[in-house]
Amino acid sequence: MEFLRPATWAEALAAKADLPEAAPIQGGTDMMVELNFDVHRPAALLDLNRVAELTRWTAEADGRLRIGAGVPYARLIAELGDRLPGLAQAARTVGSPQIRNRGTVGGNLGAASPAGDSHPALLAGDAVIEVESAARGVRMIPADEFYLGVKRNTLLPDELIRAFWMSPASGPQYFSKVGTRNAMVIAVCSFAIALHPGERRVGAAIGSAAPTPRRARAAEEFLAAELDWDAPLEPAVLRRFGELATEAASPIDDVRGTAGYRRHAIGVMARRTLTWAWNDLRAGRTERRAG
Amino acid sequence: MRVGFTVNGREETADDVWEGESLLYVLRERMGLPGSKNACEQGECGSCTVLLDGVPVCSCLVAAGQAEGRRVRTVEGLAEGDRQAPIQEAFVECGAVQCGFCTPGLLVQAHDLIERVPRPSDADIREALAGNLCRCTGYEKILAAVRLAANRRAENP
Repeated sequence: MEFLRPATWAEALAAKADLPEAAPIQGGTDMMVELNFDVHRPAALLDLNRVAELTRWTAEADGRLRIGAGVPYARLIAELGDRLPGLAQAARTVGSPQIRNRGTVGGNLGAASPAGDSHPALLAGDAVIEVESAARGVRMIPADEFYLGVKRNTLLPDELIRAFWMSPASGPQYFSKVGTRNAMVIAVCSFAIALHPGERRVGAAIGSAAPTPRRARAAEEFLAAELDWDAPLEPAVLRRFGELATEAASPIDDVRGTAGYRRHAIGVMARRTLTWAWNDLRAGRTERRAG
Repeated sequence: MRVGFTVNGREETADDVWEGESLLYVLRERMGLPGSKNACEQGECGSCTVLLDGVPVCSCLVAAGQAEGRRVRTVEGLAEGDRQAPIQEAFVECGAVQCGFCTPGLLVQAHDLIERVPRPSDADIREALAGNLCRCTGYEKILAAVRLAANRRAENP
């Protein structure tokens, strides 16, 4: 095995082009488990820790945030929790403090586990993934085109994940996750919602309830058509949203839960998170009127 | 490959390190620092917690080569000379040690908490220690020890 230590992004891309089978390692919270248990023995490890730009984020001229693939969850929570509350909530459910100090959204995207905590929030928040290769340059991939199957994504062998782009929240956002305790839990299933009041649109996505993380498209389209943004939430709308979110799932039975339980829980989380978000939206409006 | 970094203030190097080897393995087996414990090897238990450039991490999940040129502080480096760190004194006084296997990781993680958070609430303490498992289930005394150390630090900063 080789251990490659590029100091710059250009060097990292060149190394990946030379040896496409090299496995990138950033926080190591997935990759090292595979090495420790001899599940995976890559030809080389491509250590990205020295590529400092991956650990930076910037507010871009178009108003979006560009967040380096190597920004750890702990910093996402501390530095961007106000602008990306849905993703920050998801980040807070990752592992333990030690894991959040090392693990990154870039790693979650690279591993592409259907249970990865960041995915539903990325999908609901319309994230775009910036990947790059030395040969063909940058590709910008919307999150909902990024996941292909269980632990498979659209990344080509010579590409690396450089950053992800998201707009700061334009309305309330929530993430919900079912597990046996708060810490150190791989999601039984999870759900994220993002309200976009300006566009009268809602983003919604499910995790750990299908071969990939996925948007609940029919549920989103239903809300775009049926929500009365100036009124309290109608029980019939809430119920139908939960049903459509459930229909987006195609879960399996496994050690963490049954398919039936997951379907049920997705519906519950969909109704809960929409209610929380709607209450925040209404409370915010009342405050603005009072102010 | 050769790997070198600063451990508890001393420059150390190790030769013939396998490229997929963990920082934990290098500390324990190549640098004679067995304080960090090897239990789960998957980041579940926190027994191998060390400070990497001042940040608590599971050393079983850091590739040894990623530590090259960086600063590592292990449980062996918490004491200053013969004097135990305040968190170590508090663990002894509160009887927060049973079999002792989880203790090094808890000490490093709790030390980091009281250095960063002046008056941690019980919720802060529980969240900070959520990734450190004690299978003797001695958590009450561990919580008492962290409270004691944090209070002492707040009174004598």
